Amino acid sequence: MPRESSHTDTRPLGYAAAFFPALLNPDLETPSLVIGPKGKSAAKRYNIYRNNVTVSLIEALAAVFPAVQRITGVEFFRAMARCYVREMVPSSPLLFEYGHEFPEFIERYAYASEMPWLADVARIERGWLDAYHAADAYPLSTHDLADSTREQLIELKFAPHPTTRIIRSRFAAVTIFAANRTDGPFGEINAAEPEDALITRPQYDVVLRRLRPGGAAFLLALLDGRPLGAAVASALNAAPSFDIAANIAGAIEAGAFMTTRVGGPM
Amino acid sequence: MNATGTHGSAIARNSAARVELQSPALCFPAYPVAGLAGASFKPEHLPSILADRERRFFEVHAENYMGAGGTPHRSLELIRRDYPVSLHGVCMSIGGPDALDKTHLERFRRAVERYEPALVSEHLAWSTHEGIHFNDLLPLPYNAATLARVCAHIDEVQEAIRRPILLENPSSYLTFRASTMSETDFVREIAKQTGCGLLLDVNNVYVSATNQGFSARDYLSNFPLSRVGEIHLAGHARQSDDEAEPLLIDSHDVPVADDVWQLYEFAISRVGAIPTLIEWDSNLPGWPILKAEADKVQAVLDRVNSGHYYAA
Repeated sequence: MPRESSHTDTRPLGYAAAFFPALLNPDLETPSLVIGPKGKSAAKRYNIYRNNVTVSLIEALAAVFPAVQRITGVEFFRAMARCYVREMVPSSPLLFEYGHEFPEFIERYAYASEMPWLADVARIERGWLDAYHAADAYPLSTHDLADSTREQLIELKFAPHPTTRIIRSRFAAVTIFAANRTDGPFGEINAAEPEDALITRPQYDVVLRRLRPGGAAFLLALLDGRPLGAAVASALNAAPSFDIAANIAGAIEAGAFMTTRVGGPM
Repeated sequence: MNATGTHGSAIARNSAARVELQSPALCFPAYPVAGLAGASFKPEHLPSILADRERRFFEVHAENYMGAGGTPHRSLELIRRDYPVSLHGVCMSIGGPDALDKTHLERFRRAVERYEPALVSEHLAWSTHEGIHFNDLLPLPYNAATLARVCAHIDEVQEAIRRPILLENPSSYLTFRASTMSETDFVREIAKQTGCGLLLDVNNVYVSATNQGFSARDYLSNFPLSRVGEIHLAGHARQSDDEAEPLLIDSHDVPVADDVWQLYEFAISRVGAIPTLIEWDSNLPGWPILKAEADKVQAVLDRVNSGHYYAA
């Protein structure tokens, strides 16, 4: 990569435009608008800012994705995160919102290709933090459905709880994620077993559940605003063994919904 | 999506009151912060702090409480119920040439409204430019053009939150060829033009003085001390510059250095018992260690308050 000449923006308020390009680009020289005291060089001094920016963003990613870091090891994670930071600088000052494109990045990251399930673990982990910070709301309770007739139930639509996330994986991403969010040992995992995750946070604690067969198709249809009858049909289509009662009860118990209504847009 | 379900033929199954868990109109006690030592609040320390119930204030980074809901807000509510809180903004980018981020300013305003903090502060630095957030406190030149821009930004923040802020002096590692004013003259002029107060970070003064080769005590003598509403103390790390001379990093990951304690006593002998915070942001120790640092500050402040004080 050719070295660009130092940035010499001389407009009175051009200092930020001249200062920032080299922060995330090690091939650029120290901007010429800064100096050390008494005519000293500013190279090492400027590098403090370079280091602060990169390291703090790597640490922000490590805070969002602790299970991914535990799986890859710290050194691998930091190298991967450094590449991501240079490609995808944050646009929001809220760092708990950083890294939404990290799972897609992991899929493209050549050194991670031997861990094809890693991106899905990252998706669950990102969803976990989104649920952690999502708005507070009372979840729907099974009592709210108690006096509905069968005909009403078929037409019922469910508004998702603000914390609800569904993540589908061709791998055992739920089990791998759960095993790596704590420090304890875990048994052998068959990574090739497909798993779907339901993430909720009925009050303060985030809850992660592995969905039963057809459960993801069912909940995604409901979250899409389709009525219960149609969602059950999608689920049965996806998995003939779909258990209607267990799936509805499980999702409500997990706090996946906020309200129900009949007819109209959800 | 219509969450309340009141349209058309719809049958609302739940009362509207159940739909959105409105944060109740919390009315926190107006705890005074005068003469108190404080500590950075970290969620890891919450149980110890709640069991502690001592005379103290806690400071939080405003950005950590800008999510929609969940545990962070619950934790800060518990802290705020028992203690005065200082809301310390890190990412407003007041020192940047770009216009302030209106969305972020509105989030900041809501945090001030929600937690009724005893102190509200921000930094003389920039962190966002052209829509990129660098997550660091970046420096600016001190001259007439930047002074006007910084003052306009502070006016905007203070209008939004309807109260003055305290502006913190930065730690610096380098200077700009385009600077025409000293930092102390720059902040004095800002305080005069905007009516803001100042957050004097004594560790930053020490770090900058070492890095730039000036006298920290001269800096304090030139600093508009009458505007100081809060003091920060923190630990720093030691590196060396291109000429192999000491280069200090404002790292907030170790105890306060002895030299910084001495400089603090020098400052406090001139400004009085200003609320003083121990900042600790990474390599976090257990609560007893952070608490012991805060207790050390409280002892200094109590000595000042009781009049039995002799400057170092």
